[in-house]
Amino acid sequence: MTAFHSHLPVLQVIVPMLTAPLVILLNQKRLPWAVATTASLCAFAIAVTLTMSVMAGQKIQYSLGAWPAPWGIELAVDAFSALMLLVVTGASSVALLAGAQSLDRDIEDHRQPLFYAAWLLALSGLVGILVTADAFNIFVFMEISSLASYVLISGGTDKRALPSVFKYLMMGTIGATFYLIGVGLIYMMTGTLNLADMTFRVEDVADQTPILLAAGFITVGLALKGAIFPLHAWLPNAYTHAPNMVTVFLAACATKVAIYVLFRFDFIVFQPNLVGHDFQLTLFLLPLSILAILVGSSVAMFEPQLKRLLAWSSIAQIGYITLGVSFLNVTGITASLLHVFNHSLAKGALFLVMACLGMRIAQLRIDNIAGIAKKMPWTMAAFVLAGLSLIGVPGTAGFISKWYLITAAFESGTMGIAIVVIILISSLMAVVYIWRIVETAYFRQPEGDSEITEAPLPLLVMTWVIVLMNIYFGFVPGVPIELATGAAQLLHGQIP
Amino acid sequence: MESLGIYYYWTFAVLLMVGLYAVIAKQNLIKKLIGLSLFQAAVFLLYITMGKLEGGTTPIVTEAQANALFSNPLPQVLILTAIVVGISTLALGLGIVIRIKEEYDTIEEDEIQEIDKR
Repeated sequence: MTAFHSHLPVLQVIVPMLTAPLVILLNQKRLPWAVATTASLCAFAIAVTLTMSVMAGQKIQYSLGAWPAPWGIELAVDAFSALMLLVVTGASSVALLAGAQSLDRDIEDHRQPLFYAAWLLALSGLVGILVTADAFNIFVFMEISSLASYVLISGGTDKRALPSVFKYLMMGTIGATFYLIGVGLIYMMTGTLNLADMTFRVEDVADQTPILLAAGFITVGLALKGAIFPLHAWLPNAYTHAPNMVTVFLAACATKVAIYVLFRFDFIVFQPNLVGHDFQLTLFLLPLSILAILVGSSVAMFEPQLKRLLAWSSIAQIGYITLGVSFLNVTGITASLLHVFNHSLAKGALFLVMACLGMRIAQLRIDNIAGIAKKMPWTMAAFVLAGLSLIGVPGTAGFISKWYLITAAFESGTMGIAIVVIILISSLMAVVYIWRIVETAYFRQPEGDSEITEAPLPLLVMTWVIVLMNIYFGFVPGVPIELATGAAQLLHGQIP
Repeated sequence: MESLGIYYYWTFAVLLMVGLYAVIAKQNLIKKLIGLSLFQAAVFLLYITMGKLEGGTTPIVTEAQANALFSNPLPQVLILTAIVVGISTLALGLGIVIRIKEEYDTIEEDEIQEIDKR
C-alpha cells in the first residue's frame, strides 16, 4: 500500500469538499458543471479503489491528524460503507454527467456556480457519514449534507419547492437533533464517541436506562431522516418539486445514508449490549415496514403526478429495506443491503426518465404523456425496463433483492409466509402503477399534436447506461452480493 | 425531592418540549423557526451540563493542581460545533421564509397550502 493509497479515506471527503468553494469562483458557462462533474468522478474513482481494497480483504482505517483511535477521529471503510460509497458517488456522477441541459433549464445561469457548490457539499457530507467511525462526526456530516440538499431542492424554478423544503428542514433538523440527544446520552455514560470503542464501553455501563433512551432517540431521529413510514411526510413533496436532476441524486441515496447510520448504530452498538434489543427492533420495524410497503404502493397506484408517484413508490421501497433487516438473520440483512443498491439503480433510472420527459413537457402529469412513446421511443423503452427492475422481474437487478428477501422471510418461520404474501401483493401493486404509465404512454392517443422530440443525447445515453446496469446486475450480481453479504455478516456478527 | 435536585435535566426536557410544541402547533413559519431554535438550545444545555463536575476546575494541568478534579471540556467543544450547525439551519430557514414571502405573499402555513391547492 503506497502512502497515497493510505490517504484515500480522507480524500474521499476532501476532494468534493474543497472543490466546492473553488466552483463558486468560476463564472464561465459550463465551467462550474465541468469542475463539479470531475470532482464527483474523482470521488467515484476513489470509492471504486476503496471497494476493491475492501473486497481484497484489507482493513481500511485512517486516523485524522495521526491521533490514535478512541481519542482522535477515526475513518474506517468496511464492506457496508464501501457498498454505500459506490451508490452515493455513482448517483452523483451519473446525475451530473446526464444533467447539464436539464439543470440549465432549472437553474438560472448566474446561480449555477453556487448550485454546483451546494451539490458538492451535499456529496461530501453524504460520503463523510459513510467513511467516519465517530458518532459526533456523523452528526456534523449529516447536517452538512442536509443543509446542502435543502438548497438543492429549493434551487429550481418551482415555487412549491419552497414550502416543501421548509417542511423538510423542520423534520430533518428535529431528526438530527434527536440523534444528537442520543449521542449525548451515550457519551454521558461511556465517555466515548468512537463507534467501535462505544460497543465495549456500553457493556460496562451499570445503569442501562440512559442507553435505552439513547437507542430510542437515535432510532426515531434517523427514521425521520430516512423517511421510514410514518415519518415520511417530508419526502413526496420534496422529491416532486425539486429540480429533476436533484431528485435523481437524492432519491438514489439521501434517505439510504440515514438508514445506513441507523443499521450501523443498532447492530454494532446496541444489539450486543441491550437486553432484548433485537426483539424490540423487530417489533418496531416489522409493522412499520409492512405498512410502508402497502400504503406507499397503494398511494402510488392512484397518484396522477408522475414524480410524486415515484416518490411514494420510494417510501414503499424503503419499507422493503427495513423489512429485510427486521428478520434479523444474515439473509434478511443481505437482502436489505442488496435492495439499497438495486433500488438506487432502478429508481435512479426511473427518475432519469422523468428528467428526459421533463425536457420536453412542462407538467409531469400522467395525462400529459398520452401517446408520448411514439415521439420518445427510447425514453419510454428505458422506462419500461427500469420499471421491470422496480417490480422485480427475473433478469433485472430488482429480482435479486426480492429473491433474497423472500428467502429470508421463509427462513423466519410461519410468520414469514404471511410476509411473502405481502411482498407478492405489493409487487403486483407495483405492476399496476408502472403499467398505468406504460399504458398511457404507449396506447393512448396524444391530445393535440405538439412537436415533442427525443430527449437530449447525453441525458438519454446516461439513462440507458443505468438501465443496462439494471439488467447487467440482474444477470451478474456477484459484486453487490459479495459486498452485501460481507456487510450483513459484519452487522449480524454483533447479534448475540 | 430527588427529582428536583436534577433541575438541569428538567430545564432540558421542558425547553425541548416547548420547542417541539411550537414547531408542531404554530402556523406562522417564523414562530416555527423560533420553536426549532429553542428545541436545539435545549440540547446544547444537555451537553453543557454533562461536562460540569461539582467542584471541578478548568482542565489545565499545572504542577500545583495536578490531581485536582477537572471538568470535561469536550462536551463544550462538541456543542460549539452543534451551535454553528444550529445557526446555519436557522439562517437557511429564514432565507427560505423570505423566498416564501416573495412567492406566496404570506408566511402562514395554512394559507400557503390553500394557494398550492388552487
